[in-house]
Amino acid sequence: MIEPGADRPMHHAREAHAHETEHQHHSPTPIGFWIYLMSDCIIFGTLFATYAVLGYSYAGGPSPADLFEPSFVAWETGLLLFSSITFGLAMLQADKRNVNGALMWLSVTAAFGLGFIAMEIYEFNHLIHIGAGPDRSAFLSAFFALVGTHGLHVTGGLIWLFTLMVQIKTHGLTPANNQRLGTLSMFWHFLDLVWIGVFSFVYLVRLV
Amino acid sequence: MAEHTEHSHGTMASLMIGFALAAILTIIPFYLVMGEVDMTANAKIGWIMGLGAVQIIVHLVFFLHVNKNVEEGWTLTATIFSVVILGIVLAGSMWVMHNMNENMMPAHEMEQQIEQMRSLQSQEG
Repeated sequence: MIEPGADRPMHHAREAHAHETEHQHHSPTPIGFWIYLMSDCIIFGTLFATYAVLGYSYAGGPSPADLFEPSFVAWETGLLLFSSITFGLAMLQADKRNVNGALMWLSVTAAFGLGFIAMEIYEFNHLIHIGAGPDRSAFLSAFFALVGTHGLHVTGGLIWLFTLMVQIKTHGLTPANNQRLGTLSMFWHFLDLVWIGVFSFVYLVRLV
Repeated sequence: MAEHTEHSHGTMASLMIGFALAAILTIIPFYLVMGEVDMTANAKIGWIMGLGAVQIIVHLVFFLHVNKNVEEGWTLTATIFSVVILGIVLAGSMWVMHNMNENMMPAHEMEQQIEQMRSLQSQEG
């Protein structure tokens, strides 16, 4: 529902009914996107439930203690948390209509995001290489499905981020681009939120 | 800039408070696993899960700005609704599958039990 310049006629309507300040008609995009995120949350919930049920079925294969390194997960967590903060800083710059500041913090966000994805690809590649791929046991199938789905979301978010950076560079912080930035911000923070579940429930709890 | 007051992206202060809380709530569970902490395994698991839940709330409040004023409360309503669904899916799956595992006896245990029953019967007889 992101239509470029869609709120321009609305803006006139707003001026015409300036006294109706309490019930301003604003874009339905943020709440619509939030409902998408909540449905995405339920997808992750079912994958977490699958991991909870199958996470102890090793089929004689490796267990979390054999495969996971807490310091590696700590670095991944740090990258994602910092990327969330830098995105927040980019939003504050966008609020101040500072295009270059926003683009600078978005670049930093993208760098942290790329670092996270690189670490995840390295981990998956390493696991598959040592014979602990998703086909090894139910535990590993559930692990790859959950962490892989999160990784795909982050990859999608990065593609969106790069596209939007080009858009902002070309057209500036137009109302449409601001709305895109706002929804991507929700998406990005949401992925960091899902990662809290991953590092706690998938990794740390199983390494105690 | 009516749009900006409606969809608040927070302030530098709220971002930094959120960051500080998230950092603390991340460092503690990692320390519990990586440091040599004198605590039972179950207590550690409880702390990790509890701190994770608190950090999720911190992210919702400080980064995603979920509160009862945004979108006339519909954001909060949608969030609570999905938390309820998640609770049902997670707790329900674990409950049902735990019961199933309890009742599905592995083959070698079943043989052991049959052996025990036979020896008991022979002692009685």
